[in-house]
Amino acid sequence: MSDALAIAAHSLREAVRRRVLLVVALLTAAFLGLYALAAFEAFDSLEPAGGGFVPIDERALAGGTLLGLAMFVALFLGVVLAVFLTLGAVRGDAERGLLQPLVVRPVGRTTLLIGRLLAASAVCAPYVVTVFLAATLITHAAGDFTPGSLVVPAAGLALGVVTVVAISLLGSALLGTTANGIAIFMVFATGLAAGLLGQIGDALDVDSLTTASSVISWIVPFEALYLNGLHALTADIDGAAGVIVRLGPFGGASDVGAGIWPWAVAWSAAVLALAALAFRRRDL
Amino acid sequence: MPVTAALSARGLSKRYGSTAALAFVDLEVGAGELVGLLGPNGAGKSTLVKIACGLVRPSAGEARVAGAPAGSRAARASTGYLAELFRFPGWARAEEVLALHQRLARSDGGAAEREALLARVGLGGEGGRQVETMSKGMQQRLGIAQALVGEPRLVLLDEPTSALDPGGRRTVRELLVGLREEGVGVLLNSHLLSEIELVCDRVVIIDRGRVVTEGPPRDLTAPGGVEVETSEGVRRLPEARREDVPGIVRELVAGGAEVYGVRVVSGTLEDAYLDAVVGRDE
Repeated sequence: MSDALAIAAHSLREAVRRRVLLVVALLTAAFLGLYALAAFEAFDSLEPAGGGFVPIDERALAGGTLLGLAMFVALFLGVVLAVFLTLGAVRGDAERGLLQPLVVRPVGRTTLLIGRLLAASAVCAPYVVTVFLAATLITHAAGDFTPGSLVVPAAGLALGVVTVVAISLLGSALLGTTANGIAIFMVFATGLAAGLLGQIGDALDVDSLTTASSVISWIVPFEALYLNGLHALTADIDGAAGVIVRLGPFGGASDVGAGIWPWAVAWSAAVLALAALAFRRRDL
Repeated sequence: MPVTAALSARGLSKRYGSTAALAFVDLEVGAGELVGLLGPNGAGKSTLVKIACGLVRPSAGEARVAGAPAGSRAARASTGYLAELFRFPGWARAEEVLALHQRLARSDGGAAEREALLARVGLGGEGGRQVETMSKGMQQRLGIAQALVGEPRLVLLDEPTSALDPGGRRTVRELLVGLREEGVGVLLNSHLLSEIELVCDRVVIIDRGRVVTEGPPRDLTAPGGVEVETSEGVRRLPEARREDVPGIVRELVAGGAEVYGVRVVSGTLEDAYLDAVVGRDE
């Protein structure tokens, strides 16, 4: 474990020295600034409750929608960060000659991958949680809106990006850097498409679509964790506002059950094991 | 009790699809022995070195490092390696590179080892320098220092002087001689025949994945005759040997010639290399 921590510390130092974290912090600050502007404007423009044809809690509708959007953006930014920190971990670094000096040391290739997983997770998981919590604070300040749950969405986002790190490491052992980057974003897009399919299936009451959506979201568990988090976020919003916000941006909220947590952990471990197997079999 | 070889390869073969990169190679590098590995591009030299340090798995045969199977944890703990195409992170300082390798090699040498290694490769006082600000030659020196972290029993150097100026090459030659005195086995893969001729105890020439000849450089270099400078000009006696010189001089003087100088001509490693590699094609 000490070797894995040494590799992780080395990777983290690289992220700091290459100013990756600084750039990410600046861009995130810009996003949060825009989000704050949008949140304050949205809440300021609300009409008093009960003003429309169907009574809607507009404050809850605006808060739930804005936070759902913030959750999606946090996941997207976390995925981008996870991919760029790991997409060249094996083949990319080997092609650049960075990997060989490390691999010939008496540290296992699996340990090397674990180190990279720890480093990327240590950056990405706190990052998505921070962005989500910052958005929550802004939403609360702008419209006095507090979501039904903070822990489930935040933990879902954190575990979701860890699963993406694992996929990216597997891809880095099998594909070149560019091909891996494209593949990961295709997988991410597949997850989103699955969420949208489920949303359409729910709206039209088509079981086959909702079943397909559910299966795909478990195959790429970051999507199931996102849908589950969105559900927890909006669970205590009642009435028409609740129905609308649970449709959510980029996929409807869904209570996927507690089984998603051990499944996502086991899934990440299995993907990392596959990555280690591919790495061990690769001639460098 | 026999001393375990630093590197021992038996029947080592490697195939990439239908291409045989190595075919039944036997090779041994003893403790304190400097072995030069020569061969044309694509001969299989780098593949052999990579198998020895565990980067490539052989298709057949076996390689052992200090008695342990090549690629095993024990073998890697005994190996220092400088790849032909290597890179260290540009953001890291020289000292950080060495510190990471110390940790991974489980070396407890600390700052003293790092300073000593940097001084040994001519980078004394440069520990705080970032890799990206170093010249290619300095990075190659750092690469050699990295290969020596943890006092390995076998050092595999793949073109270690390709980016070095003459001063740097001399530093590396002195370092290699030092390693021999410390009992470290060195396998030196280089195209610089003069370097190999100067420092190596033994030379192994590989072509198309097979060992075509091997031996001490002086045994591989054929005698090239004797040149005698007389009042009538320079005469070349291609078949003559060193032992023939007194008789040749006596005969010339007896015949009335004035002898100004005699030179015993020996072949070079380049001649031996070309005979072994190009000669096979003819």
